[in-house]
Amino acid sequence: MVVFDNVTKSFGNHTVISDLSLEIPRGQFTVLIGPSGCGKTTTLKMINRLIEPTRGTIYVDGQDITKVSPVDLRRQIGYVIQQIGLFPNMTIEQNIEVVPRLLKWPKEKRRERTMELLEMVGMDPKQYMGRYPSELSGGQQQRIGVLRALAVSPPLILMDEPFGALDPITREALQDEIKKLQVNLGITVVFVTHDIDEAVKLADRIILMKDGKIVQAAPPETLLSNPANDYVKEFLGKKRLKVNYDVDLVREIMNPRVVTTTRDKGFVESIDLMRKHNVDSLVVVDEEGHLEGVVTVETLRAVAEEKPISHIGEVEMKQVPTISMYAQAREAFDTLIKENLPFLLVVDNKNRVRGLVSKTSLVKALAAVVWRDDEDDE
Amino acid sequence: MMSKFLTTLQKDWPLLLKAFWDHVQITFFSVSLGVLIAVPLGIALTRTPRLAKRVMAVLGVLQTVPSMVMFGLLMPLTGIGKPTAVVVLTLYSILPILRNTYTGITEVSDGYIEAATGMGMNSLQILFQVELPLALPVIVTGIRLSSVYIISWATVAAIIGGGGLGDLIYTGLDRYNHAIVLMGAIPASLLAIVTSFLIGRLAQCATPRGLRRERHV
Repeated sequence: MVVFDNVTKSFGNHTVISDLSLEIPRGQFTVLIGPSGCGKTTTLKMINRLIEPTRGTIYVDGQDITKVSPVDLRRQIGYVIQQIGLFPNMTIEQNIEVVPRLLKWPKEKRRERTMELLEMVGMDPKQYMGRYPSELSGGQQQRIGVLRALAVSPPLILMDEPFGALDPITREALQDEIKKLQVNLGITVVFVTHDIDEAVKLADRIILMKDGKIVQAAPPETLLSNPANDYVKEFLGKKRLKVNYDVDLVREIMNPRVVTTTRDKGFVESIDLMRKHNVDSLVVVDEEGHLEGVVTVETLRAVAEEKPISHIGEVEMKQVPTISMYAQAREAFDTLIKENLPFLLVVDNKNRVRGLVSKTSLVKALAAVVWRDDEDDE
Repeated sequence: MMSKFLTTLQKDWPLLLKAFWDHVQITFFSVSLGVLIAVPLGIALTRTPRLAKRVMAVLGVLQTVPSMVMFGLLMPLTGIGKPTAVVVLTLYSILPILRNTYTGITEVSDGYIEAATGMGMNSLQILFQVELPLALPVIVTGIRLSSVYIISWATVAAIIGGGGLGDLIYTGLDRYNHAIVLMGAIPASLLAIVTSFLIGRLAQCATPRGLRRERHV
């Protein structure tokens, strides 16, 4: 969709972008990120010729952009800037219809499109079309800013830190919305931010820049699992790297100390075992540790009231859900929560009991990540 | 004193009416011409910021030349009478309007200009759809200032035969007749106050609702 071919931009003696080559694929959400002064905004603004490169060529849709008039080029590319972008002298309707008006759409078509767009983000057209930007909240204003960029359904949208000035909750909501719109409409988005969380959340591909050069361009997962160098690592931050990769497989979060017993154990012995370990059920295994079932203290007592029990093999065992120790930890959490289970038994490939995952292990696993991170930060 | 004033007023009110009307005309033409010159010039200057400073400085100096001197300087060129008065007063009306047009436009936030450019407006479209509407309140304030100045300065135009309320003031001074002086001075002051008020109201009505709220909240 957008190709940079050896692009350099200098202001006087100061080189902002040096020899940048980059390909932005169609239909993807590409995020340009880096510290201030890294050239990310300059890169973005060169796409719609708000800034002209000193050397090199930029292609949009296969076309050398210097061969198109800037005005025509810009009308085909959506553009969203920080909050301030809505014209205060125009109503919401007039703001959204700026580009349709420039392209001389008939009034009816413009209005129809405005209503469609407002409905798309759940804003009642009747209520909002006649209002002025100053009568809207910051989040609503920027939502209109995004709609304005979508007005003529451009295949490509450029966004320059559009959510930077919003409060965290509104920002999250708008991020979800823009991501949904991008996927549903199949548009290409180039997005500039300095917020790594925002980048990871939105991007199909993150382009991390420093001093006018690309340090690493990769999908968020690759960037996190395989940072190209220390600079990338530092930029991503320790917290983010750990959160994603500490909690991985079930065996890393399970509690390996399961209270097991065998069929031939006596009644009193079993009750003592439970009391000692402060549990209300025992996992029954055979000599090699294969899972047979679970007996609970209630069943044991109920049976014992009717007849004396010599060994617990006489008691009916409950079958409980299990999960492989090599499964994703996430899967264990999902099952626990969805089925509302007190615990899940963890088994190996041969159905031998190896541990247990409960809601407590879930909390512990999360806590481990959080606390360990804090220690690192201090 | 008061009774003398009222008698004079009663006797000479057609004179007052004529003078008042002349005054309004001189002011109106001068300020209108001033707007016609200053607004486009102000816009043009925003496109050449380096020139703008110099033009502004030269006009600032011109503004300090006493109007009496200016009338004197121009009389050989344009003779006496209303035309000379209008020419001189137009010159004086330019600076406040020009300055406000220039600052009004240059103070439009870069964000709006960037958004407009980024969406594909050409420079004329940006001027008429974004810059001028946003600068309008400041420009109108300039016009208001100018009008008030010109109403008071137009009284001086009487000495070169420009007519207007100044005529009454000078006649009164010549004859040591305070009643006639007041007959010129009071309407002139009233005219300035009322004009200022009316243009203020007009400016408020002309400002889009979106901007009005922003300014007052």
